[in-house]
Amino acid sequence: MTNHNIQSLKPGWNRNEIASKIANDLPHGSYVNLGIGMPELISQYVDKGKEIIYHSENGLLGMGPPAKEYEIDYELINAGKKPVTILPGGSFCHHADSFSMIRGGHIDYCVLGAMEVSEKGDLANWTTGAGIPAVGGAMDLVAGAKNVFVMTQHLTKENLPKLVKTCSLPLTGKSVVTRIYTNYAIFDVCDNGLKLIKMNTQINFEFLEKHTDAKIIK
Amino acid sequence: MEVNKLINSINDAVAEVFDGATIMIGGFGEAGSPVELIHALIDHGSKNLTVIANNAGNGRIGLGALIGQRQVKKVICSFARSPKSITFKEQYENNEIELEVVPQGTLAERIRSAGAGIPGFYTATAVGTPLASEKESKFFDGKEYILETALSADFAFIKAENSDRYGNLSYSKTARNFNPIMSMAAKQTIVQVKNIVGESLTDPEKVITPGIFVDKIVEVNNPIIETNAIDNGEVYP
Repeated sequence: MTNHNIQSLKPGWNRNEIASKIANDLPHGSYVNLGIGMPELISQYVDKGKEIIYHSENGLLGMGPPAKEYEIDYELINAGKKPVTILPGGSFCHHADSFSMIRGGHIDYCVLGAMEVSEKGDLANWTTGAGIPAVGGAMDLVAGAKNVFVMTQHLTKENLPKLVKTCSLPLTGKSVVTRIYTNYAIFDVCDNGLKLIKMNTQINFEFLEKHTDAKIIK
Repeated sequence: MEVNKLINSINDAVAEVFDGATIMIGGFGEAGSPVELIHALIDHGSKNLTVIANNAGNGRIGLGALIGQRQVKKVICSFARSPKSITFKEQYENNEIELEVVPQGTLAERIRSAGAGIPGFYTATAVGTPLASEKESKFFDGKEYILETALSADFAFIKAENSDRYGNLSYSKTARNFNPIMSMAAKQTIVQVKNIVGESLTDPEKVITPGIFVDKIVEVNNPIIETNAIDNGEVYP
């Protein structure tokens, strides 16, 4: 791709705007697991009028904000191994219990990043096939959480579509994604394709289709 | 005569580890990782070990050091990639160490199952992915699951906060992680603990791992804090 092509593409919503849209869609009282990276932005946009309970798969339910300098305790960390805090009403458990919350269908929502998502809701986000393969809890989360949200840029760094007909990378889960939030649009994964829920006003449908390999339903 | 699982010397605690043993090592990253027991194992010198852990070590202390000393032939873990990993990365890239990648929840459940006498179980995790290839699958109520088998070990290295002479354990915050389930899944469970309390843990309601799962306890009052040690450039031995 040339620089000219990159400049011609619209930026759409920024990361914080996407995070805010997801935050608005998380219902009061829900149990939520936020993936490492972009999804970590979501919690700061949750309306003060509702309470969300955050799960971290290393055995922490009721996770609070990142630890301030004076709060740092390397025995109180999140799944990204960063020092965090625990809120009143929080609890600790061992790994089998923590993953029973996931695998047993008790987590209402998980939000993860993506390398590719197919029109059938297949997700690839754990390995490109090169380097050290490392999966962590991603396969458990997509198989077990009641709703699996993907938060991602619409295009790769090379400006190729991440929303594809069929994933080319190794899968994290098959037919697991329920909703996709990108900088261009929000989609629900349906039986016959990706149903467009909302589109950024900087772009039109023709632009969206051009930059999406997956089938979009208007 | 009283039951007493306390051992004075950390070197004695790991003395029965043999070449070719399979060892579970507790911890999620540095939280709950029994660094001093691992260092005692480096001194002990056992080779051709298979390590079951969530990660594959950071820097050149703890599990990172054990791998660096070329005592480990295989790692079974969920996440071997870390910005601070040196030794595993080097040996993996040179095809000098084996890796079995297991999804984190499946890893935990395989360990728990071994401790509970369950030889295998079906799970939806990893269905349709490369990690399900060659695994038996079965449909329940129209949904596909794969068969995973129990994962046991010869030894478990555990880090806990408090213990009494019976081996009843309590933990600190998210340093609990894999420690309670690994303590159930090994033939011999060796624990390093920050505080040994008197006759018994003061409140039976606070016992997380009952003493039946523990064989040996050694006191390590001021364990290494991995982040600080790596930032200070510490290496072992």
